Amino acid sequence: MAAPMSGVGEASAERSSFNATSFQKKTRSRLISIPGTRPSVQNGQLLVSTGVTSLDYLLGGGLAVGTVLLIEEDRYDSYSRMILKYFLAEGVVCRHELFVAAAQDNPDDILQELPAPILDDVAIHKPVEQPRLSCEPQDSMDAMKIAWRYQNLPKVQSALASSSRFGHYYDVSKTMEPEIRQAAKCHRFYLPEHPTQSSPTHSTMLESYSALLKSLQEVIHREGFDVAAPMTKSRNILRIGLHSLGSALWGDDLCCHDNPKNVHALTSFLYGLRALLRSSLSVAVVTVPSHLIQDRALMGSITRLCDNAIALESFKGSERETNPLYKDYHGLLHVRQVPHLNCLASKLPDHKDLAFKLKRKQFSIERLHLPPDLSETVSRVSRGELAGAATMASGCSSGTSGNKHLDF
Amino acid sequence: MFAELSSILNASPDSFTQGEFVLVSDRQSDASFLIHHFLSFYLRGDAVSQRLGVSLAQAKEKGQLVFLEGLKESLSVLIPQDTNTGSKAMDFLRDPAVGLKSLYEFPSSVSSSGSRAEGAEEWGPLVLLVDDLSVLLSLGVSVGAVLDFSHYCRATVCSELQGNVVMLARCDGEEEEGDGDDEGSETLLKGLTHQCSLTLHVQGLPTGFCRDIHGQVEVCWRRRQGDGQSTQKKLFQYKVHDKGASFFAPGTSSAVL
Repeated sequence: MAAPMSGVGEASAERSSFNATSFQKKTRSRLISIPGTRPSVQNGQLLVSTGVTSLDYLLGGGLAVGTVLLIEEDRYDSYSRMILKYFLAEGVVCRHELFVAAAQDNPDDILQELPAPILDDVAIHKPVEQPRLSCEPQDSMDAMKIAWRYQNLPKVQSALASSSRFGHYYDVSKTMEPEIRQAAKCHRFYLPEHPTQSSPTHSTMLESYSALLKSLQEVIHREGFDVAAPMTKSRNILRIGLHSLGSALWGDDLCCHDNPKNVHALTSFLYGLRALLRSSLSVAVVTVPSHLIQDRALMGSITRLCDNAIALESFKGSERETNPLYKDYHGLLHVRQVPHLNCLASKLPDHKDLAFKLKRKQFSIERLHLPPDLSETVSRVSRGELAGAATMASGCSSGTSGNKHLDF
Repeated sequence: MFAELSSILNASPDSFTQGEFVLVSDRQSDASFLIHHFLSFYLRGDAVSQRLGVSLAQAKEKGQLVFLEGLKESLSVLIPQDTNTGSKAMDFLRDPAVGLKSLYEFPSSVSSSGSRAEGAEEWGPLVLLVDDLSVLLSLGVSVGAVLDFSHYCRATVCSELQGNVVMLARCDGEEEEGDGDDEGSETLLKGLTHQCSLTLHVQGLPTGFCRDIHGQVEVCWRRRQGDGQSTQKKLFQYKVHDKGASFFAPGTSSAVL
């Protein structure tokens, strides 16, 4: 099929348009294209990134729109809070709307601590920026002496188009600039600001959870995130971050007693949350201090009511911190549940021994793997060999990268 | 419909035992793929559509499939608004202590409605499929109420109308723990097992996680013959793929042989 292509083969500098070809692909798909999302290759669901690329890989490419991710907090709520912040930061970068609810810290404080994105190709939303034409700066021709063919391609993506990357990297040592953060629309729910209602709305759900559910529904209706809403304006995704549900600060006694009175408060809330999400274009991340919940069966039913579930177990404060086995990692990560949407079987990750490490520019999740110790003396393998062996992508490569002690 | 499972159960879409109460249960596993099997098994059409697969949307349009989506209906109850237009079925969420009578009214109304009479000759007897009774437990309904609900459904559908009932119940705890951790769902499971005539119990492998074998299914028939009951048990291992599930005798997985 001969499509009209203008000047692709020509290498001359006369070519002034920055588009290599005028061929436009006709998409007949009726998929709504929202910035920051992509369809899943497995089942066609619309996915968003959690902000942590290795977590996206574990969950099957990303978090499906309309589902809940449950994070069982680590003991001091440091890494689960970090993942929540990654999730919200990713929403700011993709220009989604945010909804943050917390009982312990003011949501504004959480929003101020968001990590700064590494901005080599993220376009910051600035008012009306002209796309840069290649022939404008003649002096920049000197810059490329070897790759001169690429001279005519645009260097910076136009600010009017959204970032085409799915999943970004963040620098944890810096906080996000206020301009970037304020460009995103945030809705807040801070529990102490909501007075307790006198009339009990529901017999098994707590007032705090009812108020939160009602507030969520209001935001979804008002801002037009309902799937059934008329498609007059462009659609966007609502990212919901709920911090530390089930803790005593929400008025729940799940974490305080062995036989709590409001056993079904959190489960009813999660059921209502899932009902809300399934009928709107939103994603939720919920963190629960599961280490305080004694009843394992209750934790099981909470997990079943959420779609994705992971548990974090950090080494801080435990004897594992000084164990040389774990010296490269900050904690273990367990994938409790992965949903099977529109298909029969869910794709659980093949390896169950996953460990995470929070580096400055990346939150990496790797398979905990030690190469066989082939040396004569039982010595710890050097750090470089271990780090090389434990990458996510490699199957079961052992650290055969030269053990110097092998001589027969 | 999983052909292997149909042959294991000695059932085909043309001839299956009526008046059966099937319990699908799982323990720390996921048995919802079996619900897909039963759904497509009972919705079978003629031979051509069987080969092409079963379309749920079409079945719903024709009236063959009546679907109550509790999740959607529940929202109007959980977040009370001034104008409450939801169906009455999920009203038990307002006060779970009351019981599931309002939920029971849904299948009984479907079975007695006149619209069914039009197409009744075309299709077979009524089949009631309940996906996940355990969710009712986590919403605060008592075990007794859920058992009553299942009893009433069985009495109406199986005994009166000679139809079939398939229910899914899930369980989280270990079987050996008797501490009362998971009293609710254990009691529910035991009560339902006594009521039903066919049980499919899905569990993980006792030896641990395996990529090629997703778990084991224990099929148990309870037949009332003359004086007493006879139970027949069979154990299979299964693997779920995209298009279906394959069942094989323990140790004969294609990954092993």
